[in-house]
Amino acid sequence: MSTIKVSIVSSSEEIYSGEGTMVFATGSLGEIGIAPGHTPLLTGLAPGPVRVQNGDDEKTFFCSGGFIEIQPDLVTFLSDRAERAESMDEAEAIKAQEQAEKNMHDKESELDYTKAAAQLAEAAARIKTIQKLRKNK
Amino acid sequence: MANTKEVRKQIASIKSTQKITSAMEMVAASKIKKTQNEMQLGRPYSEKIKEVISHIANSSSEYSHPFYEHRETKKACFLVVSSDKGLCGGLNINLFKQVISKSAELKAQGIESNFALIGLKAASFFKSVGGDVVANVQKLGDKPDPDALIGLTKTVLDLHRNGEVDQVYLCGNGFVNTMTQEPKVEQLIPLPAEKTDELTATHWDYIYEPEAQELLEGLMTRYIESLIYHAVIENSACEQAAKMLAMKNATENAGDLIKELELLYNNVRQAAITQELSEIVGGAAAV
Repeated sequence: MSTIKVSIVSSSEEIYSGEGTMVFATGSLGEIGIAPGHTPLLTGLAPGPVRVQNGDDEKTFFCSGGFIEIQPDLVTFLSDRAERAESMDEAEAIKAQEQAEKNMHDKESELDYTKAAAQLAEAAARIKTIQKLRKNK
Repeated sequence: MANTKEVRKQIASIKSTQKITSAMEMVAASKIKKTQNEMQLGRPYSEKIKEVISHIANSSSEYSHPFYEHRETKKACFLVVSSDKGLCGGLNINLFKQVISKSAELKAQGIESNFALIGLKAASFFKSVGGDVVANVQKLGDKPDPDALIGLTKTVLDLHRNGEVDQVYLCGNGFVNTMTQEPKVEQLIPLPAEKTDELTATHWDYIYEPEAQELLEGLMTRYIESLIYHAVIENSACEQAAKMLAMKNATENAGDLIKELELLYNNVRQAAITQELSEIVGGAAAV
């Protein structure tokens, strides 16, 4: 079976580097599936889970916003900050979401609303990743 | 001749200084490992984004980014990365010298310069030298946060977008090894186009989702940010290495001084004893 070279990097570390038969991710315009031989594509990466399938083996990673570059033989995820989905703490994510929501509703504080909205989207994506992982188990 | 008490005092004071410098040496030595480690961790991202950028440069894109444009240069911006703390030998001053000479060279060609500064040392240097400072960040600490650099990067890139600045140089120390650091002044914008890949052989382009301009704008900004962040991390590794070396030299020099002073102390003491003895002998003979 043909494979595609997958690398997921964040500004502070290398998250994953290896082969995959199929990769799923959330692009800025919706969910995309990447198979070997994909046409060159450049798109934004929305915060959310990235799934790498290699045969029967499947790994899930959490990526916050960034970019995806696809070449026929390789796919690169440039995440601003990515982390292993397994190591994520759901409680922490929910707390972050609550904080973001509170910030958004708190009219008193001088807050950057776009930043709060981004935080909220990221926290929601984290929870989605964790819940997906749970279901798979 | 100096008296024994004075010399003893001096020795004690140098000894306590030596203790401080040797402690600082050890602190720097342990921090080097951390900063080098961070450099290593950040490397995959810089390499990957560089790869992507070079792919883009080699594609037959319908949209050419302004960062690749060579336009007539009237003003250049120097982005200077320095340390926040001193006591690291000639690390900062060597870099500043190179920046100043490059800026003078440009001035000879009729190109004015302004400066965007990272670190306390650069801020105080360019304050005393005088220079048009457009942005300044300081006190990044031992673990620089990429978020802290966004503001400065944006200021510089906006200047470029508005046409107020035509060239941007990134200046910082390059880490060769723990003994050697090299001041570097590199051109950041316009980006040197590397069209050497086998990818150029065929005519191809990406599918862009959503818009090419929007995507490339974001990606280019991210690329510049990552280069600057990497320069900051590298500079902080250099700072620790230079500090370790400077403190090691200081500790050794203090040791030499102590040895000399101890010799002097013994001489003075011996002279005092001899004098006392001869006085006693002389006194006894007189009786």
